[in-house]
Amino acid sequence: MTRRIVLGLFKDFDQAFAAIAEIREHKVPGVSVDDVILKSPIEHPEVEEVLGERPAHVPKFTLAGAIFGMTFGFLFLASAQATFLVQPQGGKPVVPLPSNFVLTYEMLILFGVLFTLVSFIVGAGLFRRRPPLYSEMISLDQVGVMLEVEEEQAEALKELFRRHKVVEIREEAVR
Amino acid sequence: MQTKDINEQIAWAKINKDVLRSMENPRSGYWIAVGICVAMVLVAILAEIYQYNAGLGVGNLNWPHMWDLYIATFIFWIGMSHSGTLLSAILHIVHADWRKPIYRFAEAMTTFSLMTAALFPVLHLGRVWNMYWVLPYVSDRGLWPNFRSPLIWDAFAIFTYLTSSALFLYVGMIPDLAICRDNAHGWRRKLYTVLSLGWAGTDRQWRHFRKAYLLMACFLIPLAVSVHSIVSSDFAMSIMPGWHVTTFPPYFVAGALYSGCAAIITLFVLLRYFFRFEEYMTIPILEKTVKLTFAIAMVWSYLWIIEFLAAWYGGHKADVEILVSKFTGPYSPFFITMIFCGTVLPFTLAFERLRRHLPTMFVVSLLFNLGMWLERWMIVTPTLAQAYHPFAWNVMWPSVVQWAIVFGSFGWFGLLFLVFVKIFPSVSMYEVKEMVYHRRRHVVEELAVKYHRRAGDPQPVTDNPGT
Repeated sequence: MTRRIVLGLFKDFDQAFAAIAEIREHKVPGVSVDDVILKSPIEHPEVEEVLGERPAHVPKFTLAGAIFGMTFGFLFLASAQATFLVQPQGGKPVVPLPSNFVLTYEMLILFGVLFTLVSFIVGAGLFRRRPPLYSEMISLDQVGVMLEVEEEQAEALKELFRRHKVVEIREEAVR
Repeated sequence: MQTKDINEQIAWAKINKDVLRSMENPRSGYWIAVGICVAMVLVAILAEIYQYNAGLGVGNLNWPHMWDLYIATFIFWIGMSHSGTLLSAILHIVHADWRKPIYRFAEAMTTFSLMTAALFPVLHLGRVWNMYWVLPYVSDRGLWPNFRSPLIWDAFAIFTYLTSSALFLYVGMIPDLAICRDNAHGWRRKLYTVLSLGWAGTDRQWRHFRKAYLLMACFLIPLAVSVHSIVSSDFAMSIMPGWHVTTFPPYFVAGALYSGCAAIITLFVLLRYFFRFEEYMTIPILEKTVKLTFAIAMVWSYLWIIEFLAAWYGGHKADVEILVSKFTGPYSPFFITMIFCGTVLPFTLAFERLRRHLPTMFVVSLLFNLGMWLERWMIVTPTLAQAYHPFAWNVMWPSVVQWAIVFGSFGWFGLLFLVFVKIFPSVSMYEVKEMVYHRRRHVVEELAVKYHRRAGDPQPVTDNPGT
């Protein structure tokens, strides 16, 4: 069975959201709102209201990075300072907490930022081959609604898009 | 009088067009500016080569003046870097959307200021080849750097801040790099294709982007505070009179924000004029930035006054002598100029007509930064000139070598910035689109027609028209 990817380009968010609302109401049998990929030049603040909650695990990685940075930072410093055991400390502790706090804090932030970056790149699916049916109009001023559907559903979907004044429809077969 | 931060009717396509146009075809003025910056950098390189061969003495850096303009300028550039954090991170978290047209170049300033600042600890060493001693690197005798020293903290802090701010700048630019990719040709297209990482504007990408950007902003704020606190620790953790002051960390942070804001005003005026960004860098946005600068100037003024009152009230003899010498000693003209530029001059910002006058704001912002640079010099040098041992008292004036390197740093910063604005968008296109979109939704045309007050409105009717 052949599957097709259909992209509808709309002039603004209102028209695109209206089209998605109809998809949510199963106006195209067999097509779910969970299959919708919304492409836009900006992030609409209400996009989650329209598409529903979708996961983004960036904060968990950030927390993991911060904890790793803090632990690594302190242990790194402490293990380096432990090599001074053979030397006179002038009455100071071998592992001084006040000064190590400052450097541990810096490491916490550094690794927190690095883990955030990595989780963003992985989570957002960057570095992969560009998704099909990319339109340069999306980076300009149009909003795209893209779905992968069965071939027999494609015509109904395009008709739905047309009802909401779609500017352009593009499609291609899934390879 | 322009009252709106931005014209909400501006088309998204026009935003792309205007910003992308600013990256094309540099005019002769641009190349003249590049030439001046390159000349300044070359002079600084020659001065450094001479200093490298002859020793720090040619810069008049002799005991007890081991730190002078180099460290003062180092603090100045670190301070300048706080502009991006303030405008981008803090105002992003509090949803102040007026920052959107101007935060990109402020973030770039942060990164380039740090790249400039990082040169000075190397240069002031004299033995520049030993710079790696501050890195967490074990020697062949199993010895590590002294992690108790604030100088080592500096290395950690600057590395973390430079890495984080550069990543913050880059991540925030990815959607715009995709716009550039879609509109560029030749080598630029290849560059933007690589840098945009395959951005396609999907809801998944935006969702992760928003969270990552917010979290990075959250990290950057405490980081900025810690970096300048650490720089202040270079002084405050010593026992030198005039430096061993509890209020130094907040004083340094306030000074950093002040000079950063002043630099934003300077670059705001220049970019608006040269790139014709009148529709994005509007007078109301300038006014908001100026008001913020005024508030920070008052915080900074309060803190330096408190610093001196504490020395006066504390009665520590060496501290009081340093204080008196700053007002009456050989460096007093610079100290008084600092007070004038940093504390008196900001009161010009209280006048609306001046706040909205671009040439005035340009000159005033330069003077603010002159005051802030003098402030750093007046922290470093007077204390070294008159510390605890009278036999070591020595007034020192920087030599041509030091001045050449200091001026060269401004050329280096300018060069980096000039290259940036021609390769990367200096106004965030997608954020300006967001700003326009949100504001457009809040303006209902029919209500505006019905209720807005206009010049042609009927005049009030009086009871006695004859009087």
